[in-house]
Amino acid sequence: MMPIAVVAGQEIRAGLRNRWVLATTGLLAALALSLALLGTAPVGAVDADPLAVVVVSLASLSIFLLPLIAMLLSFDTIVGEQERGTLLLLLAYPLARWQVLVGKFLGHTAILAAATMLGYGAAAAALAMRGSIGADAWAAFAAMVATSILLGAVFVALGCLASVAVRERATAAGLAVGIWLFFVLLYDMLLLGILVADQGRAVSAAMLDVLLLFNPTDAYRLFNLSGSEATRLYSGMVGPGEAGRISTVALIAALASWVVLPLAAAIVVFQRREP
Amino acid sequence: MKPITVKPIAALGRVTKRYGPVRALENVSFGLAAGEVVALIGHNGAGKTTLIKLILGLIRPSGGCVRVLGEDPAGRRGAAVRRQVGFLPENVAFHAAMTGLELLDFYAGLKGAPKATNREILARVGLADASRRRVGTYSKGMRQRLGLAQALIGEPRLLLLDEPTTGLDPASRLDFYETVGELRKEGTTVLVSTHALAEIEPHADRIAVMHGGRLVAYGTATELRNRAAMPILVRVRVRPCTTDRVLAELGGHPRFESPDARTLLLACEPAAKMPLLERLMQLRTWVEDVEIETPGLDRLYREFGEEAKR
Repeated sequence: MMPIAVVAGQEIRAGLRNRWVLATTGLLAALALSLALLGTAPVGAVDADPLAVVVVSLASLSIFLLPLIAMLLSFDTIVGEQERGTLLLLLAYPLARWQVLVGKFLGHTAILAAATMLGYGAAAAALAMRGSIGADAWAAFAAMVATSILLGAVFVALGCLASVAVRERATAAGLAVGIWLFFVLLYDMLLLGILVADQGRAVSAAMLDVLLLFNPTDAYRLFNLSGSEATRLYSGMVGPGEAGRISTVALIAALASWVVLPLAAAIVVFQRREP
Repeated sequence: MKPITVKPIAALGRVTKRYGPVRALENVSFGLAAGEVVALIGHNGAGKTTLIKLILGLIRPSGGCVRVLGEDPAGRRGAAVRRQVGFLPENVAFHAAMTGLELLDFYAGLKGAPKATNREILARVGLADASRRRVGTYSKGMRQRLGLAQALIGEPRLLLLDEPTTGLDPASRLDFYETVGELRKEGTTVLVSTHALAEIEPHADRIAVMHGGRLVAYGTATELRNRAAMPILVRVRVRPCTTDRVLAELGGHPRFESPDARTLLLACEPAAKMPLLERLMQLRTWVEDVEIETPGLDRLYREFGEEAKR
């Protein structure tokens, strides 16, 4: 296990040194705070928990932002080392290739986790200072932060896969942006198009559920917008009868497998590569 | 006295490595004995780096077998093998935002070696003063020395140095070979691939010549010289107007074209060297000066290259 910790530690140190951690935390905190302080204005005198509103809006923002940050962190993982000429030396050390990948994955995920917790935590703290917040809303917030980190980890793993799949850094960057675009925008549009064209003939509701699990951002969205009583009310996307059709366990399992499978694929590809 | 056991540190048996249709190595058998310094020479693309990557277990041979410290370096116990091997890659690069000491600590962590000795290692390669500076500010020579420093972590039994002196100034090269000399005294086995043939010759116990993926010669410099049977060049400076008389006296020796009338360039078989010198001593009234050039490693290398092409 030692080499993994050493590699992960070096990634975190590099992240601190080149100010990735600082920039990411700053960006997430700024966005979360502006959503928390300005976004709750329309709530006005209505008896709504401000943190629950923030969970909904932050979750919608995280779907776009966290995957992008994760991709930017990780597309460079292997191909960047190769282009800088440091990969050959690293592999000449007594560590296995899977340890290199897992170590780097853990390092990047730790950077992302720290930035998310600090950034979003700042927003929650700001709201807590202004008024009392219900236990339900705190639970929803904690679940949102945890799944946001998990979503980030999914895209760190996908970025690692992009990084071992190609030979050039620029190609890896393009591939990473392509993956991001596909899951964040295109997949849902395609799905919507299919549903409209199909008019409910071939695609059943159960099949749609499965199709949603095939996209990690959809699993994340379903979990956070319809997962808890506190947020369901404000997300407005859930009609009666279909709420909670996919269990939260299934959603988390889907996200977890979206971490494990790309990472495993990346390891397999990396093992075969000749430096 | 301890009994001396000659056990090969690394051995390649009939190794072939193909990249698609390209044969990077062909039927190479090669052994490194404990404590020797071996120079690996050859043109770009001769297979030197491929050979080093095979010893490190970074690539697998297409045919034949590789054993380092008795194990397959690309196999399950590869990590244990690499723990005892130091490697300096060609064009070594480091994370520019880290300091020299931080990088050594990182690499020592990967090797499971104590970090306490890292300062000593940096001092040994002459980087003690720069240990807390970012590597981005290092000169090419300093980066190369940091490269050597990381290879020395954990007192490796085998050092693989790929083109270690390219881009170094003459003083740094001397320092570098001094370090190699010290390591040899400590009993470390060193494999150095290089183009700087004249520099490495006095430091190498044996020389391996590669050409087009084949090992065309392997032995001590003297052995290679004898095998190549290359003539020794004798440069004779004679007094004015005695050139023809001296030539008539010597006779028989093949002659090269000389830059001026008073200089004679004679080719001489190694065995015929002493008789020729004796004869020249007898002609002292006419002969002003004699210089002898034994073929250097670069001429030997060219000779073996030509031989391989034939």
